[in-house]
Amino acid sequence: MTAFLDLFGKTPLTRRRAYWGLALVAPNVLGLLFFFGIPVVLAFRTSLLDWNGIRPPVEIGLGNFEHLLNDPAFWNAFGVTLKLLAVVIPIGMVLSLVVALMLNRKLHGRSFFRVVYFLPVVTSTVAATMAWTWMFQPRYGLIANVLAPIGLQDLNWLTRPDLVLFPIAAVVIWQRLGFDMILFLAGLQAIPRQLYDAARMDGADGIRMFRHITLPLLSPTTFLVLILQVISAIQIFDQVYIMTARTTRGGMNDSATTLSLFLYETAFTNSDLGYSAAIALAMFAITLLLTVAQITLQRRWVYYESGSE
Amino acid sequence: MSATSRIDKSEVAEAGALRDDLNTAWKLITYVILITGAVVMALPFFWMISTACKAPQELNTLPVQWIPQNPVCLQNLAALYEQSPNFNNYLLNSAFVTIARTVGQLITCSLAAYGFARFRFPGKNILFAMSLGLLMVPFQAILIPEYLLLRQLDWLNTFAALIVPGTFSAFAMFLLRQAFMQIPVELEESAMIDGANPLQVLFRITLPLSQAALAAFAVITVQAAWNDFLFPLVVAGTEPSVRVVTIVVALLQGERSTPWNLLMMGSFLATVPMLILFVIMQRHFVEGVSLSGLGGK
Repeated sequence: MTAFLDLFGKTPLTRRRAYWGLALVAPNVLGLLFFFGIPVVLAFRTSLLDWNGIRPPVEIGLGNFEHLLNDPAFWNAFGVTLKLLAVVIPIGMVLSLVVALMLNRKLHGRSFFRVVYFLPVVTSTVAATMAWTWMFQPRYGLIANVLAPIGLQDLNWLTRPDLVLFPIAAVVIWQRLGFDMILFLAGLQAIPRQLYDAARMDGADGIRMFRHITLPLLSPTTFLVLILQVISAIQIFDQVYIMTARTTRGGMNDSATTLSLFLYETAFTNSDLGYSAAIALAMFAITLLLTVAQITLQRRWVYYESGSE
Repeated sequence: MSATSRIDKSEVAEAGALRDDLNTAWKLITYVILITGAVVMALPFFWMISTACKAPQELNTLPVQWIPQNPVCLQNLAALYEQSPNFNNYLLNSAFVTIARTVGQLITCSLAAYGFARFRFPGKNILFAMSLGLLMVPFQAILIPEYLLLRQLDWLNTFAALIVPGTFSAFAMFLLRQAFMQIPVELEESAMIDGANPLQVLFRITLPLSQAALAAFAVITVQAAWNDFLFPLVVAGTEPSVRVVTIVVALLQGERSTPWNLLMMGSFLATVPMLILFVIMQRHFVEGVSLSGLGGK
């Protein structure tokens, strides 16, 4: 008994502190384990079942994963997600960096610009996507009208398989820009001013200072933004769900069905819970792989001032 | 001698003038780009409000009306409430879920953060590592099992499903722990000597000293909870009495007959509380983003 009590501390005072500590962390830790820990275990368990949620489940081993590898619908969703990543991430990062660089100087209306660029971040994705959906309607939409002088007013952005990802990417980039801008601004403000002063004394021009001071010293922030972008872009759901709701959810021929939407439809339209769990785990694995790949590659381009990582 | 120095001076002056010209040109370009960008960023909001105030016949006129000729904002508001009579209830549901989740998280996460920051107990490192491990799991990976768990509890389509899982957070706990650890421990010790128990110390000393972190974390939680769509869609999408506003706006669109002016009015109502909150709490939002960026989420 005393040996057990010793675990909590040698003196009554340290023991009392240990009890307090446990009591303080208990609600959140137990809640996390129950509401998030159990589902993690359940995810693996469910992925091994053939189960529609009503009939008794049937054990099928790795059957769902075999199906996954041979399912054209999964590879289609994977491809759609990769295409979106390829558009959203580079454009989003360049735009947010450009805006951050501009707002990092002395300018009139700096805080005004910061507010306007950040506004979409706080907006509900559903409401904002609704506005964009209206803007992208053929003929009477705002964008159709802007494009009318070059004869593109009847372009049906949301039903054409070759176009549908552009409106979706536009909303994603628009809503994400302010978030990345703030991260870049924080990174820029951490670069010591003296470096620029010294470089200017040595006769360096703006472009060289950007290449040899700003970019390398900002690279840890760029790396962070990239990691966060990848994680969030893999999960794109709301925008697709709303934008394609009027015609065919997921776009014509699933041309806009992202992995998340595929997961959702498998679970709730097709009631294939086992398979959807397998898709979820595949998404997790893809995220993990991309993150690990980036962490490995960072050594080549991310500069850490202290010399250690 | 004096001639060369004069030439030098005029050269320097010329170079200086050139640089000033360049600077002015750069400034001008900067403003043009920033203003164009700002217009694009604000355009969907403008278009949302403009459409929300248009009469039905103005929706299908060419060229488009940037500003409605005779705004009918209030009539459209009334029409929206006619089509969706419980819209106010949905806004209230959203507000209730948002506040309950935020307050719940503030309580559970401050307690846990304080426990991990200042106490020693057996299993501390394992529990902390396990909580942080859950941070790595993307929400969508556990969406279906979460649904199954809530179904097992018979919580589907209840406020409990919308609120309770959202009151626990590894991320907020981690952020608050960082904030608490920056407070000098001597302040807490002196209160302890005066006979205060840990809860009293937390509420009277630690939390008041962490106001900035608490505010930053609260605004991002409020924003995330209010705008949440996929989770309420899955766990409480079919029961009208617990419907939140994001779901309703999506459903309005599903009914194809809903004209764009009413859809934009609905979207506007769903957006406006967060826009107001943002304008009031701007600084905390920005801090929240920096914090959440650092936390890696």
